[in-house]
Amino acid sequence: MRVLGIETSCDETGVAIYDTEQGLLAHALHSQVAAHAGYGGVVPELASRDHIRRLLPLCEQVLSEAGLARRDLDAIAYTAGPGLIGALMVGSTFAHGLARALDIPVLGVHHMEAHLLAPMLEPEGPDFPFVALLVSGGHTQLVRVDDIGRYELLGESVDDAAGEAFDKAARMLGLEYPGGPRIAALAQEGTPDRFRFPRPMTNRPGLDFSFSGLKTYTRNTLRDATEAGEADHQLHADVALAFQTAVVETLAIKCRRALEQTGIRTLIVAGGVGANRALRDRLSAMVEPLECRVFYPRPEFCTDNGAMIAFAGHERLRAGQQDGPEMLAWPRWSMTELPGLDAAG
Amino acid sequence: MARLLAVDTSAQRGSVALAVDGEVIVEHSDEPRSHTRLLEPMMNRLLARAGLSLNDLDGLAYGRGPGSFTGLRITAGFVQGIAWGLDCPVVPVSSLAAMALSVSPGSGSVPVASALDARMGEVYWSCYRVSADRTLQVLVDDCLLLPGDLSLPSVADHDSWVGVGTGWQYHEAIPEALMSAMTSIDADAMPDAADVARLALPELARGNTVDAAAVQPSYIRDDVGWQKTPGR
Repeated sequence: MRVLGIETSCDETGVAIYDTEQGLLAHALHSQVAAHAGYGGVVPELASRDHIRRLLPLCEQVLSEAGLARRDLDAIAYTAGPGLIGALMVGSTFAHGLARALDIPVLGVHHMEAHLLAPMLEPEGPDFPFVALLVSGGHTQLVRVDDIGRYELLGESVDDAAGEAFDKAARMLGLEYPGGPRIAALAQEGTPDRFRFPRPMTNRPGLDFSFSGLKTYTRNTLRDATEAGEADHQLHADVALAFQTAVVETLAIKCRRALEQTGIRTLIVAGGVGANRALRDRLSAMVEPLECRVFYPRPEFCTDNGAMIAFAGHERLRAGQQDGPEMLAWPRWSMTELPGLDAAG
Repeated sequence: MARLLAVDTSAQRGSVALAVDGEVIVEHSDEPRSHTRLLEPMMNRLLARAGLSLNDLDGLAYGRGPGSFTGLRITAGFVQGIAWGLDCPVVPVSSLAAMALSVSPGSGSVPVASALDARMGEVYWSCYRVSADRTLQVLVDDCLLLPGDLSLPSVADHDSWVGVGTGWQYHEAIPEALMSAMTSIDADAMPDAADVARLALPELARGNTVDAAAVQPSYIRDDVGWQKTPGR
């Protein structure tokens, strides 16, 4: 079965083709990051306008790269949520129109399910069960994954997502959106241990996160140092390092706790923050003494992409699941509501 | 005669029409925020009534706007997908022109002014001459104006204008001279896919079509005070 995957939930237009026998055949992405940078965040109307311009050329690109014609597609998967409703609708309406024209099944896919299955796109992917750390600009969650559609939420952020905290701290440091990669770059010049930021909610039991306090701590640290006449590039680099270290340590502590609590020996990391080098190094070091393994998608599949949608859709479409005539676009959608693979389509 | 499917969701009404052998059949829904749920079932019912499948179509048409941004993209996305899948030609039609065609003069022709509420105190505006054979000529093309800045083009029958569309709810802000040229106003008129189909058929016959990639909304308003997602 050859599945065309379409992702338009936020500010990246992604398209890919996944084949049962051959795996990923082609993928293409248009990032709108530059278009939104001047606004300090994603502008929904601009995002929707860009998706509807970019989507079809990307579809033509992946077909051409895979050496296929439209008629060679067997099914279509698109992101049905969660995400920006106007942006979701672009992928949803296009996917439904195309599927009806080609007379093939179409399925709305859960964006976060696709993220957590993304490591399975790699040749040496993880096996079920695993603990998934989903960490992005919109989400910070620990999920127990026993199989596709069998998810248990172990913990999540009670306020800001980790990626959101990166964006906000970046703004305080005068860095552009998106903040994650820029803080990571600046942190490389930082002096280790000049500042020590708190590790929120690690002193009490449980697997929930909180990152909004780190934001305040960052602001206060910068203010105090500025009042002491220390506002320079090195200060910013030192704060960036202390902030990143605090986020990474907090995530690592909770991941370790989740592995110990569940007795599961496999951790997967997905979502944009999963591309952070310091986080990857820390988690790899953390799991080693536990005799656990950690899996990551390749960096380009950490952020939003069409490949993960094609793959997640493929797993469900192959089990016979498909949409009815409603074009789905759900801004909020709990992953724990998803059916298993044995549910009727 | 051509077989053509037309879609419009530029305003609250969502509609799909099918033209076969000169006959136009249509389905619509006035239920708010129902376009993504009802569009495909409406299309399926029309095709079933005509005993056709999408593969039997010669072309597609869509209400390109102006109108609700989200509504325009629902139609454009859906039609783009169908057109790319079928590899068939598409005719973009102004939603304001389709709305003007809701006026049907018994004989001869009548000047029609389409005004659609654009929110933020403005209206989308255009003017036409609509003939009894349900064709129209563009006098003023789609634009965005303050109600106080509206004006009519000069025509011979200057006191026989008909107004259509939700923009006329701003009549108190519209210049009095303009209002006095109107013989009737239907502020409840909305674009309908049946009229999109009627306007598209001759264009399809003439080859005035675009391919799937060019199936895009015509927003007219491009300088909205853009706002990022709250809290992000």
